[in-house]
Parts: sequence; structure tokens; C-alpha cells
Amino acid sequence: MQFRVEPSLQSKASSIFLLSLLSIVLAFLGSSVIFVFYRVSPWEAYLTFFHGAFGSWYALSETFKRAIPLLLVGVGLSLAFRAQVLNIGAEGQILLGAIAATWVALFSGVPSSFMLPGMFFLGFLAGAIWALVPAVLKIRFAVNEVLTSLMLNYVASNLVLYLIGGPWKGKGVRGFTYTDTFPEAGWLGTIGTSRVPYFTLLVGVVVAVAGYFFLKKTALGFELRVVGSSPETARLLGISEGKITLLVMFLSGGLAGFAGVGEVAGIHHLLRHPSHISLGYGYTAIIVAWLARANPLATILTAFLFGALISGGDALKVSLGIPFQVVSVLNGLILFFLISTELLSRYRIVWGSSRGGGAIEP
Amino acid sequence: MIDVAFHSVTKRFPPHIVANDGVSFEIERGTVHALLGENGAGKSTLMNILYGLLQPDEGEILVRGKPQKISSPREAIALGIGMVHQHFRLVNTHTVCENVILGLRSTSFFFPAEKVRSRVHALSERYGLRVDPDARIWQLSAGEKQKVEILKVLYREASILILDEPTAVLTPQEVEELFRTMRAMKEEGKTCIFITHKLNEVMEIADRVTVMRQGKVVDTFSPTSTSPEELAEMMVGKKVVSVVPKRSVSSKAVLELKGVWAMGDKDLPALLDVSLTVREGEIVGVAGVAGNGQKELAEVIVGLRRVQRGHIFLDGRDVTLLSPRDIASLGVAYVPEERSIGLVGEMSVAENLMLRGYAEPPFSQGFWVDWNKVEAYSEHLIARYDIHPPLSEMPVRLLSGGNRQRVILARELERKPKLVVAANPTAGLDVQGVEAIHELLVRAQEEGAGVLLISGDLDELLKLSNRIVVLFRGEVMGEREKVQWTEEDRHSIGLVMGGIRI
Repeated sequence: MQFRVEPSLQSKASSIFLLSLLSIVLAFLGSSVIFVFYRVSPWEAYLTFFHGAFGSWYALSETFKRAIPLLLVGVGLSLAFRAQVLNIGAEGQILLGAIAATWVALFSGVPSSFMLPGMFFLGFLAGAIWALVPAVLKIRFAVNEVLTSLMLNYVASNLVLYLIGGPWKGKGVRGFTYTDTFPEAGWLGTIGTSRVPYFTLLVGVVVAVAGYFFLKKTALGFELRVVGSSPETARLLGISEGKITLLVMFLSGGLAGFAGVGEVAGIHHLLRHPSHISLGYGYTAIIVAWLARANPLATILTAFLFGALISGGDALKVSLGIPFQVVSVLNGLILFFLISTELLSRYRIVWGSSRGGGAIEP
Repeated sequence: MIDVAFHSVTKRFPPHIVANDGVSFEIERGTVHALLGENGAGKSTLMNILYGLLQPDEGEILVRGKPQKISSPREAIALGIGMVHQHFRLVNTHTVCENVILGLRSTSFFFPAEKVRSRVHALSERYGLRVDPDARIWQLSAGEKQKVEILKVLYREASILILDEPTAVLTPQEVEELFRTMRAMKEEGKTCIFITHKLNEVMEIADRVTVMRQGKVVDTFSPTSTSPEELAEMMVGKKVVSVVPKRSVSSKAVLELKGVWAMGDKDLPALLDVSLTVREGEIVGVAGVAGNGQKELAEVIVGLRRVQRGHIFLDGRDVTLLSPRDIASLGVAYVPEERSIGLVGEMSVAENLMLRGYAEPPFSQGFWVDWNKVEAYSEHLIARYDIHPPLSEMPVRLLSGGNRQRVILARELERKPKLVVAANPTAGLDVQGVEAIHELLVRAQEEGAGVLLISGDLDELLKLSNRIVVLFRGEVMGEREKVQWTEEDRHSIGLVMGGIRI
């Protein structure tokens, strides 16, 4: 059997969806090699995985719990990626949000009725300002934002470590390194007895819808897309690339900070080790946004999917004793296949004999 | 003696395209045989088949009377067929000699410098291809690079040369030189196949011409028995009516440049003390070989490049330091040379038509954009400017070059500009596309706009301009104003383009 590869005129939404699904399936198949090495039957691993992600109310609530920060951060990153601003620093921006929320809850002395609004407001602002640092460096000195935003993640992580081990170390925690527990006025309400805070879930869905309409229907969203698709055209039209860069960094950093507040106020109720506050959400959200093709509305779907991946991975770890890093391998494989199938969304394969090398276009 | 014969050659690109449809004609030895046709007529496909880059689905090719299956360029070269591509395939950092022998199998391990040099030298003498064999490619002009390409083919002892639109990058003087070379090759008994869509070149140099349209051969004949108008009609399939620009102009200046200096991309002065006036209803042509400051001139006027010294006035108002957006809002339309800058490829036709007006009434009050109104407006422009296919939602990257250019012109001209700055607006378009763009420019002129037409195509400038200036190394030279341009003007402007002050 022979085949030809021809450029496909339009990359349709349906084919993008199918290809994304295909990438996920291929990644699962690829990771089965690792399961075999751990002497676990891949089939059993998949079953455990799906049960851990969707198999019960508890499993579903765990999936939602993980999906919320991914959604909030993913929407912000979608906006940034649409403008070709590569914010890789969401992880640090999440931590900054958590730090700001902790300060409000434990040290600001605000009245309890203002506590949660204050935590979210300052958390958003802290994440946004943290993200403006690479934005300003990019605009002012043409420094690559990938490097600067990534490096700031380590700064943020060490800042948290310093705070929880030093000035903010809790009085009643003895040898542990975390802060005191927040007063209850700083706790987010959850759905029923689950650990899913409804407020951040609601905000996540709202910003996804709002982001979609912002890009599609507003003048500013249009400018953002022009800057992202063709910076030279934007220059010609007098659209300020700097303004758009500041805007998307502010929004994506702010949403990451907001997500960080959600984690400490909704789940932990204190500031603790960075790797506990965020399970790499800032990095996973990059894949979430990519898989959604930087479409904010589609991040609802992809964030849920990756939430499932994390909770399913937890189940693997607990039930089968497989290290959590295997889930990172799975993430990596999904990204790998997504990037390789990207090409296929632009081309299509035509099966059949190719008479005399007709693959060259006129 | 027949050198090459095509016998009902058919080439399909599934699913829909038939690039060559039963093509049959013969090419005689020792002649210049022109292959004339619009973009997409199938000329390049046919020549790629002859050169072994593509395989025909049906039909056969006879070379010197023998049926040949040519499955690679190497086999074509073995048969004495050589091709000079439109886009040069040279290694910039290597010398002329090194490029000439690059890829030759017979080359010995150690570089046979003297042997190659003397042969290259002999070939240049014989065919009038004067170029320094030790120069590096990056030091050469476009015309000289083309000479190297021809030398490469001659060095391989080709007797059948395919020249793919060779005049597109040349000045008029260089075209004349090329034609001299082609005549010399003819005298030596070599055959030249000359792909073009320029009618006057066919009339001047070709012994025979084959006109192609939509993959089929219309006819093969001697051009002496025909006229350019007739050739155009055969090529396009219908009568081509050329626009006639307005010949009288008002005296009111729209654009004035006074002693403008500007830097190029490499921070070297690109415009030196340029002064220039465009009046209402006037088309001012800027001639010159590419890279003599044309790009910088356009960018300085529309506000994309900083003016170092001097002033620019629009309708008497100093706009030297204004931003691109402010200058555009004062009534300056811009058709940039690179279409990728004028359009956003991924965006739809409607969105591209909106690139100037998205934030202004009636489409927007500032925040939301009313896409229903945009859609209606876009349908209106698509009809008025004849954009094909007439689909607002189509991403512009899928449109043909001519239609993309129409989208830009529709967007820019619909704003009723006072000044139109157009840089090579017809580059790469076929006869019908060129006519359509010329018509739109003349329409703008008739409505009173001043037009600054920057073009590397002197014929275009002679056809449309009320006044022509030449840019040479960033300086304005040889300004002249005429109602009708003659062959003599053409010659003298060509000389100025080469840097000779008259």
C-alpha cells in the first residue's frame, strides 16, 4: 500500500479533536512499556487509572479538584499564547498568589468579612505583578520571556521555602515547615462533603467563556490576535505590541495567582512546601492550553482531562506502587504526540498508489 | 531538426487540478522558443517534467527524435538539458567558480582551480557573460547571479536551456545583455526555452512562441505574424483592455518630502537627502533596481521608519514624527511590498478587510466589534473589488496572489485616501491580475488621490506614471515628467537606474 501526503486546505475543528484524542491514546499505549517494566499488566494499570479518575464520586471530585487550577491558569496561558507571548512562569505566579493570600489571612488583620475578597484580590495582583517582570524585560530590553519567566519560578519557590521556614513558620507546628492554619474566614466553601471549592470552579468556567468572547468579539481581542499572528502587520497598523504583551502577562499571571489563592484557601488552609501547593499545575497548564489550541473555551475540556490524568496517576501510585513520575512521562508522551500530529492537521494522507511520484505540488 | 517534442503530455495533481492536458508541440534546434502563459497555465509544470523533476501521467517526450523517460535532473543534464531557475540556487559564501562546479560528479578530489577558471573564463567570453570568476556570490547583483546560473548550465555542456522567467529580476540594460547572450547561444546551435508572461519580450527575442492556457496549448507560431494585443488575448482567453491613466494633474501637492534622510536596516544611510512631491491626481513612479532605498522610502512616508533629518508634509501639514496609525488616519493608504505584512494569513477575508477599521464606528464603539456589520461590509467589498472565491470566512492565506492583493487594495482604497503608497503592487501577478491592480490605482487617481508607485517593472511605470523619478543608492535622480513615454525615455531611465547621471 502506498500513500501520498497532500496539504489539506483547512484544518477543521473535528480533525483537530480526533488527532488530539489519537495522541492521548498513543501516549497511553507508549507508556504501557513502563508498566511492563514495573511488572504490572498495562491493562490493570489502565483500569486502575480510569477508576481513580472517574470511577466514583470521590474519584470525580479529585479530578475536579485538580482541574480547577489547570482551568484558571490554562485560560490565562491561552490568551498569552494567542499573542505569541510565551509565559512559562505560571508555576511561580501561582505561588505568589498563595503567598499574598497567606499574608492577608494570617498577618494583615483585616476584618473576617473582607478576608476572602482581600485574599483573591491581592493574590491576583501578586501573580500579575510577578508576571509583569518578564513582560517589562521583554519590551524594554528584548529579553526572551521564556527564560525570565521560567527562572522566576525558582525564585518564587525559594521565597515560599524561606517564608515557611523563617518568618512565617507556624508557632504550633514544631519541626514541620509550614505556617499556622488560616482562620476559618479564610476558608473556601466546598461542594457538599467533597474537597472541591465551588467558587473557583465557577470563576474558572466564567473566565473560560469570557476569554472566548473577548478574543472573538472585542476590538482588543482582535488586536491581540493580530499581534500573535503577524507582529509586522500589527506594527503597520499601529497596534502596540508592548501594550498587548503587558495585558496578556498581567491577565495570565493574575489568573495563576488567583488559582494559587484557590489552592491555599480551598484545600490546604495554610502555606506549605511549594510542591504541595502546586503539583506542577503551572507547567501542566501549558499542555492544557496547547491541547486546547489556545482556545479558552476548549480549556474547560482539556483542564478536566488533565485533572483526570493527575487523579488517575494518584490512584496508580497508591494502588499499584508505581512512582508518580510515571504520570509525568505520560504527560510528556501526550505532548510529544500532540506536536507530531500537529503536522497532520495541516496535511492529509491519501491512500492509494502514487503514480510516478506525484507528491510534488505544482 | 527537432530538439524536443511533446506528445500529448498530461499531468494531473489530484483531486482537481490538471496542470498539463494533452500538451503537444515541437521545439526546433537553434531557436529561442518562448513559452507564454498566465500564472497557473502549466508552463512551469511542463518544464519541470522536461527537467525530470516531475513525471507525466500520460504522453511522451522525444529528445532529438528519441522517446525519453527523464526521471531526475541528473538524467536531464545527461541528455544536455539544463535549467536556469527563477529563484537562484547558489551558495552565497562560495565563489563563482566553486558554484559552477558544485555537484559535478567528475570533479576531482582536489579543487581543480586553474582548469575551472580557464573554462569559466572561456565560456564568459564566448557568450558575453561577464562576471568575475573569483567573486563571492553575495557580492554580485541579481543580474550577475543569473549569469552564474547560466554558466553552470553551459559548463555542463547543455544544448537545451530552460530559462524560467529570467527577466523578472533584471534592469532593462541587463535584459538586453541577457538577450545578447541568448542570441549568441542560438548562433552556436543551442536551443533556448524561454518561459515568460511579458509580451514585448516575446516579440523581441523569440523565433517561435507556444501560448498555453489552463494546461492546454493554444497555438504554436512565429511571433512576427502577430501583435502584442493578439498574444495577450490568446493568453488570457478574452480581450484585455488596458487602462489609460489620467494625463492631466492638479498643481496642489499632497505629499512633499524635503531633504529626508533615513537609515536602512543595517544602520547604514538608505535615503540621502530625498526631496519629492506628489500632487493631487498624479501617479509618480519611482524606478530603480531593488535595494536602492525603495523600501525605506515607502516606510518613511507611512511612519514605519524614523526620519533622521528633513521633513515630510501631507497636505501641507508636517507629519514627520507621527505614528503609522495617525498617518493612516490622515488619509494615507499603503500597499506594502511583502503581502505577508499587509495581511494576516491565518485570519479570514472579513477580518483582514477590517484591519484598519475594527475599532471605529460603525463597526465598533470601542469595545465590542459588531461582526454582523463587518460581515455585510465584507460581502460588499468582495463584490465591488471582485475577490475570488467570494467567501468572507476564507483564511486569506488560501487566496491566490492576485486576490490577496485585491483584499489589501479594497481595504486601503475604500477609505478614500488622499495618498496611495504602493510598493511593487503587481509583483508576481499574471496579466489579468496586473490589469486589475492598475485599474484600481487609476481609479484612485481619478478620484483625486496622489499615487506614489514604487516598482521594479519599468514597463509598468511607463504605462501609468505622470512623472518618474529614479532612486539610486538612496538618492533621487533623473526626475522627468511626460504625457507619453517613448522608447528613448525607457533607455535613458534604464541608464539612470544603473547609476549613470545624465
